[in-house]
Amino acid sequence: MADTGAINDTGIAAEAASEAMVGPRGARPRRMLSRRNIFLYGTLIVVAVYYLLPLYVMIVTSVKGMPEIRMGNIFAPPVEITFEPWVKAWATACTGLNCDGLSRGFWNSVRITIPSVLLSIAIASLNGYALAHWRFKGANTFFTILIVGAFIPYQVMLYPLVIILREMGIYGTLTGLVLVHTIFGMPILTLLFRNYFTSVPEELFKAARVDGAGFWAIYFKIMLPMSLPIFVVAMIIQVTGIWNDFLFGVVYTKPDTYPMTVQLNNIVNSVQGVKEYNVNMAATIITGLVPLIVYFASGKLFVRGIAAGAVKG
Amino acid sequence: MKSFKALLTASTFLGAAAVASAAEIEVTHWWTSGGEAAAVAEFAKAFEEKTGHTWVDGAIAGGGNTARPIMVSRITGGDPMGATQFNHGRQTEELIEAGLMRDLTELAEKEGWRDFIRPTSLLDSCTVDGRIYCVPVNIHSWQWLWLSNKAFEDAGVPVPTNWDEFVAAAPALRAAGKIPLALGGQPWQSSGLFNVLMVALAGPDVLVKVYGDKDTEVAAGPEIARVFKAAEDAREMTQGSNVQDWNQATNLVITDQAGGQIMGDWAQGEFQVAGEVAGEDYTCLPGLGENEIISTDGDAFYFPVTDDPEVQEAQLALASTMLQPDVQVAFNLKKGSLPVRGDVDLQAANDCMRKGLEILAEGKTMPAVNQLNTEDTNNQLNDLFVEFFNDTSITAEEAQKRFVDIVAQAD
Amino acid sequence: MPAHARPNQLFRNLSAKIASIPMILTALVVFVGGTGWTIVYSFTNSKLLPRLNFVGLDQYDRLWSTSKWIISLQNLLIYGVCMLVLSLVIGFVLAALLDQKIRFENTFRTIFLYPFALSFIVTGLVWQWILNPDFGIQSIVRGLGWESFNFDPLYNADIVIFGILIAGLWQSSGLIMCIMLAGLRGIDEEIWKAARIDGIPTWKTYLFIVIPMMRPVFITALVLISTGIVRVYDLVVAQTGGGPGIASEVPAKYVYDSMFLAQNLGQGFAASTMMLLAVIIVIVPWAYLEFGGRKRHG
Repeated sequence: MADTGAINDTGIAAEAASEAMVGPRGARPRRMLSRRNIFLYGTLIVVAVYYLLPLYVMIVTSVKGMPEIRMGNIFAPPVEITFEPWVKAWATACTGLNCDGLSRGFWNSVRITIPSVLLSIAIASLNGYALAHWRFKGANTFFTILIVGAFIPYQVMLYPLVIILREMGIYGTLTGLVLVHTIFGMPILTLLFRNYFTSVPEELFKAARVDGAGFWAIYFKIMLPMSLPIFVVAMIIQVTGIWNDFLFGVVYTKPDTYPMTVQLNNIVNSVQGVKEYNVNMAATIITGLVPLIVYFASGKLFVRGIAAGAVKG
Repeated sequence: MKSFKALLTASTFLGAAAVASAAEIEVTHWWTSGGEAAAVAEFAKAFEEKTGHTWVDGAIAGGGNTARPIMVSRITGGDPMGATQFNHGRQTEELIEAGLMRDLTELAEKEGWRDFIRPTSLLDSCTVDGRIYCVPVNIHSWQWLWLSNKAFEDAGVPVPTNWDEFVAAAPALRAAGKIPLALGGQPWQSSGLFNVLMVALAGPDVLVKVYGDKDTEVAAGPEIARVFKAAEDAREMTQGSNVQDWNQATNLVITDQAGGQIMGDWAQGEFQVAGEVAGEDYTCLPGLGENEIISTDGDAFYFPVTDDPEVQEAQLALASTMLQPDVQVAFNLKKGSLPVRGDVDLQAANDCMRKGLEILAEGKTMPAVNQLNTEDTNNQLNDLFVEFFNDTSITAEEAQKRFVDIVAQAD
Repeated sequence: MPAHARPNQLFRNLSAKIASIPMILTALVVFVGGTGWTIVYSFTNSKLLPRLNFVGLDQYDRLWSTSKWIISLQNLLIYGVCMLVLSLVIGFVLAALLDQKIRFENTFRTIFLYPFALSFIVTGLVWQWILNPDFGIQSIVRGLGWESFNFDPLYNADIVIFGILIAGLWQSSGLIMCIMLAGLRGIDEEIWKAARIDGIPTWKTYLFIVIPMMRPVFITALVLISTGIVRVYDLVVAQTGGGPGIASEVPAKYVYDSMFLAQNLGQGFAASTMMLLAVIIVIVPWAYLEFGGRKRHG
């Protein structure tokens, strides 16, 4: 329960902070066509083309019919645009006998992703905070173990985890899956938060201690509001990782709670038979939409310079 | 925690009991493409109609490499599915030895499986220590050469009728700007090609000696050396096929950019979907036209041990349903494979499938490589042959030496 | 403040300890426990199922006499060095560019980041198409009249690992950019003002003031990139499947293939133990220097 409390507070703190942010800053006026701007935007646009090229191929392919794809010019714009593949990917593509496309697992994915993301970020941010400012004896040993653990290929841990979950009696349940995501998210997230909190000015922390604030008070009142960008990064990593997870979802749950990536895998990963590239592309883009929306919507939270204000205040 | 689990089990029990006496049975498999899914649907339909139980579909695509760890985790995690597909052969030996798979011997004897399953080697590969643990459902064969008639027409040479003619036609195909032999980059395609060459040029007995008896003398001998020489020719012929997936390679044949491809009978589905007609647009040569024989690769279903009596009953019902004549026909027509029963009639089969059926009826079959080798050995062979077919600096002699090493290590 | 010699040692920092319980349990039960389990079974001849039938160092003998494993390690080295350097440079430069109070920052950031959101099974296929000499970039450029143009990284065993690198950077550099951007945003505005007043050029401010201040962020990025490198698997499977031949095999793929394709768990565990050993040799001394030596607060 403590964790849900933390999350709510995070949300409120986040809002307060972003409101505080809208203060005195703003883009300095510049001439649009200065050499600097030409260089800056020129570089960004060239790089953006490299990043967008595969997306272009995917989108173009996803609205072509199969005969057109077989002709083989991947860059050519579609002669005849069809949204059939998109409809099929979402609603009618078959996974074995179940022909309802990606829509089947969508809500399962939501039900898996939300608690997993919240829990893993809550725990990892506390870990990172404790490691950065409240270090106790042995803490770094555990942390080092975590970091080493981050390098183990997931699949190697598959069977030991089956045993652990079976012994805990939560094999095949949603709780078990959330736990697995929390465990595997922990190393990188803890590192992320620890290193971010370490860079918070020490004076700030000391001042709060002098004022009598304890572990939790400093976390919620000072650290959280100062760390929005890193929370966003953590959210980006976790939402993406958990939303796109296939292996854990399918190994540690049951068919009625399978995430939509199981359907995605079934659509794109059929070994034998005809590959419907257009449906594959559409299905991939659809599955990627949720993380993409999160990326875009989180943009406003990439704010600057809260530390400055806090120190002065 | 223990009690929590007990509670959970109890509640699922109640849930199941409340619905009906008929059980729900979860069936996992990796058949997810169009034709495959349609074939599975035949099983599910027949099962539900004939027995009143419910089929809960647990399809996982990506082939054995993706699906197998999931299935094994489920079975060892103490939460098994009701039934699961595996390629029969040596993949499941250990699960059976660990007592995790259900013994079907009683049912098999009652229904007389040994009398109608053909060839009986299929049932042998389901048998461990005299007990039967799986239901073979179809036969797939590897030994096919698929040729594009148009590609040969363009090159101005007749469509070959055997391997040697094909090799002889290769320069003409090259001159016409075609790849003589299409080969995808996935390792299993390379080793599959080699094994087919071995069967066609050295004969099935040699293959059984090498893979079955692990006879290193034969493996190092002149017959295999000849196969390696032929593989060198094949390697030359595959240069320029820059594709990964087997069906992309098949597509090179369909679009007449390549002369031919050596691939299992599942390639036929690609030709069908592209609207090509056997005999007119493409030609199929079983056993490369040299040695008409087909292997009995295929799929089988296993039934993990469970203590739920309703699921137990449903398992037997499913096993029995899968082998019924009408179900076999319906399933295999959709799957493009051959039925495991000799006593059914496939009216709707196309030309190539008919050729396969004739060969099968004449009894010209051989065990599948899967039934002889462990996956470990197969994987080592895959690595060797994918390297050989992609690196022209490896000579046939070197490759054969490494081949002998692998055979010597195998168990 | 030294942490020793306090009478109430156990209860000191009690909240921090309570908050760290999940971390401690994960570290001990899952990572130490799971790793120990893996190491033990690497000395067995486990096939499909883990079984305690010890065979000494047989699995390791076989591992080191397999050319696929050796090639995997070489590839990892080349890929790793390139990936590490390029990710850090690209990530930082992009973040610095985005930090110039530009218009459409959100759009650009999302563009650089989106590859991270898409399943690599399919995007790998798209890269495979783009890099395919018959219908990708090479054929387009040749079509434009430059007939001798050669660009077939995925089908040339000598450079295939760089073909994978192109896609690897595409997929993961956006996330590094985000971390760098978050780091840049944590830098006090006052520092920029001070540097500006002192007349220090922007590039010098970045190089000598900002980057040293961002040291923790760089370390996070470094670890994140390294874990990605060591575990690289999907990328290779989706693009080349390890080919041509076995020219683009990587250690993680060797581990998976051994465990699940070859059904030789012992061999897979031996390979992953070797990987882990290498990681420990690099990480532990570094971690000791980084976390052990000095304390910032206390």
